Amino acid sequence: MGIDIKPEHKPEGLEGAGFFATSLDKVVGIARANSLWPLPFATSCCGIEFMATMASHYDLARFGSERLSFSPRQADLLMVMGTISKKMGPILRQVYEQMAEPKWVLSMGACASSGGIFDTYSVLQGIDRIIPVDVYIPGCPPRPEQVLDGILKIQELTKSESIRRRDSPEYKALLAQYGID
Amino acid sequence: MDVNTLNTEISELLKAEIGENLLASELQYDFPVYTIKKAALLQTLSFLKNDAKTGFGFLTTLCGLHFPDKEEAEFGVMYQLHNLEKNLRIRIKVFMPKTELAVPSVTPLWPAANWMERQEYDFFGFEFTGHPDLRRILNMDEMNYFPLRKEYPLEDASRDDKSDKMFGR
Repeated sequence: MGIDIKPEHKPEGLEGAGFFATSLDKVVGIARANSLWPLPFATSCCGIEFMATMASHYDLARFGSERLSFSPRQADLLMVMGTISKKMGPILRQVYEQMAEPKWVLSMGACASSGGIFDTYSVLQGIDRIIPVDVYIPGCPPRPEQVLDGILKIQELTKSESIRRRDSPEYKALLAQYGID
Repeated sequence: MDVNTLNTEISELLKAEIGENLLASELQYDFPVYTIKKAALLQTLSFLKNDAKTGFGFLTTLCGLHFPDKEEAEFGVMYQLHNLEKNLRIRIKVFMPKTELAVPSVTPLWPAANWMERQEYDFFGFEFTGHPDLRRILNMDEMNYFPLRKEYPLEDASRDDKSDKMFGR
């Protein structure tokens, strides 16, 4: 059984004896992708799966995200894991607004993504009603492997986006849709 | 003391104390339940709490009731009391029409009733007269209805993935 190993390829660029030239976007993208600081916004069982993802067996540190930031000011990635009640909605939004650019949002599990089984008056039916989401992880709760896959998806985004992500008209339009400046 | 003796004893005491204001006394699932008129609520609870013969000093819980088909008595409040010395429990119920959802607050008797009454206000909209700080406690402040009333659907109205289109009904 052959193991499918995907080596990390170097970005496009000019190469010669003793030098390698590429665009700054790509270098910064690689640096960002491999040192994401996640802010865990864990409210329920998905948070427990996330703890397993952080622990030695699954070891999120292999992907450069072992440093959790509990201050939104220093975080790059908001991981929303669990049921978000409507009363908590404004708090989540405030946390998102406090994060500095560049920032990404990962919605883990059925509850955060859609309200899940909690189709009731008190539960927010998906966090994408209040903040933009980059990657959704399905599952109830998702296994740690799925969380790792979600992080890798975020890394792909990170690598492919320009340094000044927030200046793009699409990004501005997206934020305007949510009423965030 | 078994529940039948307790029921007879408390019935006698309540009859002597509030007379016609005691509407019914019965055993429901081995639990003595007394339905009284709303006007006599404070007098009754204060008697049950303070009188040496009763001694129900502990308010276990209180909760709102909604029976939309019971005309002129659609809404009610239930108080569950506990005599901690003798380990006896009883329930008191009051009912009211949906047009006047005012109940006297029992916070002066039990400070613990403060948050319980706020919760019942939050979910049913009872106006507890004399309550020091009657505002929502669990739901968000912007909520503009009382979600546990039977006329409101339990489901969130903004959810759109359960439409007939999705399930082919």
